[in-house]
Amino acid sequence: MATGDLCTVERRGRVHLITLPGAGEHRLNPALISAIRSAVAAACASPGAGALVMAAEGKFFCNGYDLAWARGDPSGRIAAVRAARRGLVADLLALPMPTVAAVTGHAAAAGCGLALAHDTVVMRASRGFLYMGEVDAGIKIIDYFGELLRQKVPDAATRRDLVMKGEKMTAAEAVRRGIVDLAVDGGVDDVVAAAVTIAEGLAARGWDGEIVAEIRKAAWPELWSKVKDYGCDAPSRPRL
Amino acid sequence: MCTLEQRGRVFVLTLTGDGEHRLGHPLIASLRSAVASVAAAAASAGPGTALVTVAEGRFFSNGLDIGWAGTSRPRLQELVDALRPLAADLLALPMPTVAAVTGHASAGGFLLALCHDYRVMRADRGVLYMSEIDIGLPLPPYFVAMFRAKITAANALRDVLLRGRKLRAAEAKEMGIVDAVCPGPAETAAEAIKLAEQLAARKWDGGVYASIRMSIFPEACKSVGIVEESDEEKRKHFASRL
Repeated sequence: MATGDLCTVERRGRVHLITLPGAGEHRLNPALISAIRSAVAAACASPGAGALVMAAEGKFFCNGYDLAWARGDPSGRIAAVRAARRGLVADLLALPMPTVAAVTGHAAAAGCGLALAHDTVVMRASRGFLYMGEVDAGIKIIDYFGELLRQKVPDAATRRDLVMKGEKMTAAEAVRRGIVDLAVDGGVDDVVAAAVTIAEGLAARGWDGEIVAEIRKAAWPELWSKVKDYGCDAPSRPRL
Repeated sequence: MCTLEQRGRVFVLTLTGDGEHRLGHPLIASLRSAVASVAAAAASAGPGTALVTVAEGRFFSNGLDIGWAGTSRPRLQELVDALRPLAADLLALPMPTVAAVTGHASAGGFLLALCHDYRVMRADRGVLYMSEIDIGLPLPPYFVAMFRAKITAANALRDVLLRGRKLRAAEAKEMGIVDAVCPGPAETAAEAIKLAEQLAARKWDGGVYASIRMSIFPEACKSVGIVEESDEEKRKHFASRL
């Protein structure tokens, strides 16, 4: 079920674990977004899969969009990736199973958004930041991304500090401020293990996946409305 | 009524005198003029500026000049309408903004403090207070939008708007309404300027900063009449910067 070397997929019990491999920054460009979306879609086709974990190897969870790639043809490439960006968020929102982000390293800009697009976020305590670097880099925030931040970081002062101040938040700080659910000591493998444990627990609830998806979309309606036209059609998942 | 000075990269706007700094036509006009000067100066100063708004005396601002309005509903509405563009000017300002709440901030004065990105407040005296419920005045829609945007904890919003709770600095900090508490007015002003200097030192592009502020508080910005850029315009800006 691997989708090439851009991201790998494995099953651990009932958990569909997606990993962005290698020591690189896992910057999002069309190829990686497409690979991730395929891996996410594969969760639905994986018999008995009851929860999804998104993780990464190395120092970075995801360091944002691939600006070097975009520079190749700025206007064209930015427009071309527009649908894929929204589509990835839509696919995660519409996924008929609980989702857990294992933030194993730095999550910056769009990478921070990717983590927040999951239901639960666990993060490595000893290294790595959440960092909305847009303000420092001089990049504006487009509407669906602003919506994601407002829905997932509802506290005004926290959202201001994260996005308007570009504060680099450690796991402990992010937990304290309600952005991250759990800070995990140890290395990448420990963070992944903790995420998988949580995901296994969620899968064990035996929830109807279609209901999970409907309730999630209803819980974040403004965000869903901004991305829903870009998602893949979720395949119907056989109840086991 | 107000003075403006520049200290390095920080613009300091002072509501002068020992009075209540009631927001009537003259003070609102002075403030708008000062804020416009700041925006113009920022354009030539380049990235890395910030604004501090501070007041002399016992009051930051005690709100709209309801004394001038008297029993005249049209006059009161005039003041409500006049304050809205000042709120818009502050929310659109292309630099970080800090309110040094050096005295009571009531009703429109509390709104003025909330129009800033950060708030530093003195601990020894002065309260934040939304008096409307006690005096029997409805809240203009843009007031509500600002309070809902900046005070996101439901109980805090309820206490402030629906119970007319008078907040000292320490409580306001606990409720997430104020960012830092200082012993007295001099320390409050100094801390606000220090924070502003730290923010200015980040050298943010002012236009981008203001745009991001609008993404973070879109309903408040819309309520005061700011029109957000389209995604298309943002993408063009991004492409041009690559």
